Amino acid sequence: MTRAKLEEALLPPVVALLVALLVGDILILSFGQSPGAVYWQLLEGTWGNAYGFGQVLYKATTLTCTGLAVGLALRAGLFNIGAEGQLAAGGFAAALVGIALPAGIPSLVVLPLYVVASSLAGGIVGGIPGVLKARFGAHEVITTIMLNFVVLALLNYLISTRFKVHDTLHTAELKSGAVPRLSDVFPAFHGSAANAIVLLIAVVVVAAWWFLFRTRAGFELRAVGLQPEAAEYGGVSVGGVWWKAMALSGAIAGIGGLNYVLGYKRYYEEGFAAGAGFLGIAVALVGRNHPFGVVIAAILFATLSQGGLAVNALVPKQMVDVLQAVVIISMATAVPEVRRALASLRSREPGAGSREIAAVPETQP
Amino acid sequence: MIRLSDIHKSFGAVYANRGASLDVAAREIHALVGENGAGKSTLMRILSGMFPADSGRIEVDGKDVSGWTTADAIASGVGMVHQHFMLVPTLTVTENVMLGAEITRGLQLDRQKAEHDVQALVQRTGLVVPTRQRVSELTVGEAQRVEILKTLYRGARVLILDEPTAVLSPPEVHELWRVLRRLRDDGGTIVLITHKLDEVMAVSDSITVMRHGATVGRLKTSDTSPREIARMMVGRDVALAQDSRAPAGASPSSGARPLLDVRNLVVASSRRANVVDDVSFSVAAGEILGVAGVEGNGQTELIEAIAGLRHATGGTVLLDGTDVTRASVRARGDLGLSHIPEDRHERGLVLEYTLAENLILGQQHRFTRAGALDRTRIEAHARHLIEKFDVRPADATLPARALSGGNQQKIVIAREMAGGRSFTVLLAAQPTRGVDVGAIEFIHGQLRAARAAGKAVLLVSADLTEVLALSDRVAVMYGGRVVAIVPGASASAEQLGPYMMGVSAGAAA
Repeated sequence: MTRAKLEEALLPPVVALLVALLVGDILILSFGQSPGAVYWQLLEGTWGNAYGFGQVLYKATTLTCTGLAVGLALRAGLFNIGAEGQLAAGGFAAALVGIALPAGIPSLVVLPLYVVASSLAGGIVGGIPGVLKARFGAHEVITTIMLNFVVLALLNYLISTRFKVHDTLHTAELKSGAVPRLSDVFPAFHGSAANAIVLLIAVVVVAAWWFLFRTRAGFELRAVGLQPEAAEYGGVSVGGVWWKAMALSGAIAGIGGLNYVLGYKRYYEEGFAAGAGFLGIAVALVGRNHPFGVVIAAILFATLSQGGLAVNALVPKQMVDVLQAVVIISMATAVPEVRRALASLRSREPGAGSREIAAVPETQP
Repeated sequence: MIRLSDIHKSFGAVYANRGASLDVAAREIHALVGENGAGKSTLMRILSGMFPADSGRIEVDGKDVSGWTTADAIASGVGMVHQHFMLVPTLTVTENVMLGAEITRGLQLDRQKAEHDVQALVQRTGLVVPTRQRVSELTVGEAQRVEILKTLYRGARVLILDEPTAVLSPPEVHELWRVLRRLRDDGGTIVLITHKLDEVMAVSDSITVMRHGATVGRLKTSDTSPREIARMMVGRDVALAQDSRAPAGASPSSGARPLLDVRNLVVASSRRANVVDDVSFSVAAGEILGVAGVEGNGQTELIEAIAGLRHATGGTVLLDGTDVTRASVRARGDLGLSHIPEDRHERGLVLEYTLAENLILGQQHRFTRAGALDRTRIEAHARHLIEKFDVRPADATLPARALSGGNQQKIVIAREMAGGRSFTVLLAAQPTRGVDVGAIEFIHGQLRAARAAGKAVLLVSADLTEVLALSDRVAVMYGGRVVAIVPGASASAEQLGPYMMGVSAGAAA
């Protein structure tokens, strides 16, 4: 990546964060608190101790999956609003595997089964809008939103009937496949939900990067997202890319369900995915649809989310929700604004104008 | 009347105007000429108030109006007719003309008065259009007249026209000249942006030539020649297309094997019956078949159907004897079909992709090893083609967006004609559109070289001069049909004009 491209990728989130901090200052002052103390508390409660850091890691893992899912679909030019349902479906499928298989099967055998089940379930939920779009031209924003309702209602129905455990809103516990908690290795993390699924997701992130930027399928997917007409001209089946990208996007969101169901609670619980799917849209936006950017953005949003609990004694934790929203709004505003500012800055650098670039003024006849 | 002096304007790092000037006298037709990217349109948009200049002075009628807005410009009688029509297709001609300058009676539109006013304007100017029809039902030539009417309706005395003939047939061009002369004789002033030298000679009174954003000269049309203008535009001597007609009898087409054979091809569209209607022709090895016609008569759809980008509802397409009517784009490419698409910004290039990536577009499956892109080979391939086709700047990591039109087209041509696979048939749609004179020379050379190498070339161009200069045979399309196929050596604009207008063969003779 060139310096210019890196500047363009990194500056908007930094600007957005600064704006959010400024708005946060005003909010904190209006509660009669000192911004410095609140921000210190926020950092102390997240990155300042092992438990807080573990919670950030745990939350960031799920957000990385949903952010990656949204970002990958956006690379193909598709807006996947359905990560919420895909995440829940993935988690539920993992719970089914855990309930159906008897205890005592070696983890090496059963863990891949969990991955397959959760990605398959998420992939199907994501793939349906993809197929509807490719085949009938149904807009994916509408279909993914609506499918969220269908999937979540269906899962709620199932756990209150067929898979009901008395007096709870969750399924029975998984019987096989142990995933170590971080606290098993480092006792300091005691009580935090962080677990080894984070390693699996790290692999998914790198694989997604490799897929997008190093493979022919990724080349074709990004071409479809940038210019579908040019991709079609380049021999790419645009509809094919659409449904495959949606299925892949759903699969990645689905795998995210493992973090809660397999790594943390060891059962599927109603509402475990609440908000994580939609926050994934923000994560993808701030992460500029780049797998590594998504990771950074997921850590940022996880920090804010966990930090909200840490500062609850000083200011209402909803303040952090406001900060998250401000980050998103500033980000959406900053991307074009920063690009414009950088362009005019570069044009003032000596020698910049002498380079033979002539793309703008004359329109095509 | 109008005086622009020392205008500078840049967009980010790109200079559009650097020290441009323009002097237009009242009651003259003034041609503003220059290659694509010379800064003509930018200068005229500054004059019409679309955006301000970075520096420089604009005077109209001796008054300094620098930095005015389009509203100011219109109020002072300066209006621009854009290359791309800005009309609402579902509204009638009258409604479009009055849009933004509506006459009201109370809260209601006064349609009767508007209709009356527009009719009067039509009478006065000779811009004949059916005022009660919807714009979507008009021909391109009529739509353009509506654009001009719209500008005049707002009181323009200075009319700026940006490449108005790009979409017109020869008779429509003559009609436009007649209208412009009449407007001038009635006291109007006209600035005509163009890069076609025959138009300059035909209609203008005086000329301003621009190159690289600056004004290089002002000429009286009666005292100059196309050759002199071309030299000023490019900065050196150039071979003009009309100098190099295909030598008569040089074509090997008779008896040669047809490489592209199109039989009874039909493309239906949702709106009208057939956009391509029962078209048959073949192109032999070592032949260029040119397709002439006013844009929008099925040429785009014909090329896309042959390329596999559009569903053919009937007929067959044979590629060197193989039926490819139902084959995918990729399969056709692998069978030796290359395609220079008419819109390189939409189809021919992924503008955000690097030159190296664009140079494998459509051939990506040939640069793949076990699913992964073979980056070493892609880079070597890009280096080779960039050097061979002298693409500037010679940096394979730049996005295609950063290149000039001519260099972008070189990327497309390099890929299609010298890329990772060999070809037997070339579809060249508007291959020189929006590129400068130097690049046109180069592209024409490439097409001739393909013919000499025994390839079959199907050339579609809105530029009749180009079709006549290159083609062994010329097919004319009108209303989705091929209405005539004539030998290129004897074809002329006068002969083809009536066909392009849909006049029957009998009347054309």
